Amino acid sequence: MLTYLSIIITAIFINNIVFAQFLGVCPFFGVSKNTSSALGMGAAVTFVITLATVVAWLLQYFVLNPLGLQFLQTIVFILVIAFLVQLLEIVMKKTLPALYQSLGVFLPLITTNCAVLGVAILVIQKGFNLMESVTYSFSTALGFTLALWLFAGIREQLELAAVPKAMRGVPIAMICAGLLAMAFMGFSGIKF
Amino acid sequence: MKNYWKIFYNGIVPGNPVFVLLLGMCATLGTTSSAYNGMMMGVATGSVLVCSNVVVSMLRKLIPDKVHIPAYIVIIATFVTMLQLAVNAWMPALNASLGIFIPLIVVNCILLGRAEAFAGRNGVVASLLDGLGCGVGYTFALVLLGATRELLGTGKIFGAIVYPEDYGMLLFVLAPGAFIALGYLIAIINKIRKTN
Repeated sequence: MLTYLSIIITAIFINNIVFAQFLGVCPFFGVSKNTSSALGMGAAVTFVITLATVVAWLLQYFVLNPLGLQFLQTIVFILVIAFLVQLLEIVMKKTLPALYQSLGVFLPLITTNCAVLGVAILVIQKGFNLMESVTYSFSTALGFTLALWLFAGIREQLELAAVPKAMRGVPIAMICAGLLAMAFMGFSGIKF
Repeated sequence: MKNYWKIFYNGIVPGNPVFVLLLGMCATLGTTSSAYNGMMMGVATGSVLVCSNVVVSMLRKLIPDKVHIPAYIVIIATFVTMLQLAVNAWMPALNASLGIFIPLIVVNCILLGRAEAFAGRNGVVASLLDGLGCGVGYTFALVLLGATRELLGTGKIFGAIVYPEDYGMLLFVLAPGAFIALGYLIAIINKIRKTN
């Protein structure tokens, strides 16, 4: 039980995917202009990361490893993610139109989110079993959502601030992200 | 000839992938803890970009329009896998320091972006030069950021001591320093571009 708790706390706070591992930075700056779209993106990413990690794990251990095709990992995983995102879009459109309406715009963006492929590869590299992989991917995605949501709150306030011309937009957002990352470094003292 | 020079130059300054287009941020932040790491990541990404641009432009008339994005992704992933195997075999130390960012070149938006915006519409030579220009521009940006972080953090550039390490701000080698240094570099470049 403690292993799972340690995986969860580590993935959300100590080794936050955006602030400590630099994965998923592109959507982090792209979709963090207001809190509601940040939460929408977070939900869509959580869904895809968890699903993609499970499928990637099964493929790695039941197809690639027995056949000795480990070198195809990158190609197989990226195709699986692209396929899953497409499939999810079609299925959600038919069965859950309300959820599709709210998450729809973010779905195609997720294929090029490096957090998805990154988590799938990390899970294999760390040698997690299936249950640990699910826990790790889900809590990593929660960490991503938390980072995105916090940062969107800061950026909403930033709109009202008088920022020097050259710093407007991305540069000041980067520096704020740096300060937020510094706050997250405070968690790195926690040990299990 | 002048036209080709323009294509090559476009990727370096007016359309610099990092400072102007803001693409490929994950690898930019994650691999620039030192100037050397930044340079190697830039060279690795640039070489994949040149290869994928050339192949995409060769096949541009054969790939049906409906499946062009998956086809581009497979082409890019093939070259990334080749690079991954080569780095693993010949440069194990580099493989350890760049880690997961080598397979993640696949999802670097610069590669798909150039394939979609340039190589899918232009000839082989022009695409080669476009890839080369963007690769050089990306490497330049990574070296600049890596050197800044290494200098402020440890007092070295490419491992050569500039001032004693004790006076360095360790923060710049760690994660928050990456965001802060890149933010200031983009702001400085914005300023220079506006005044010119």
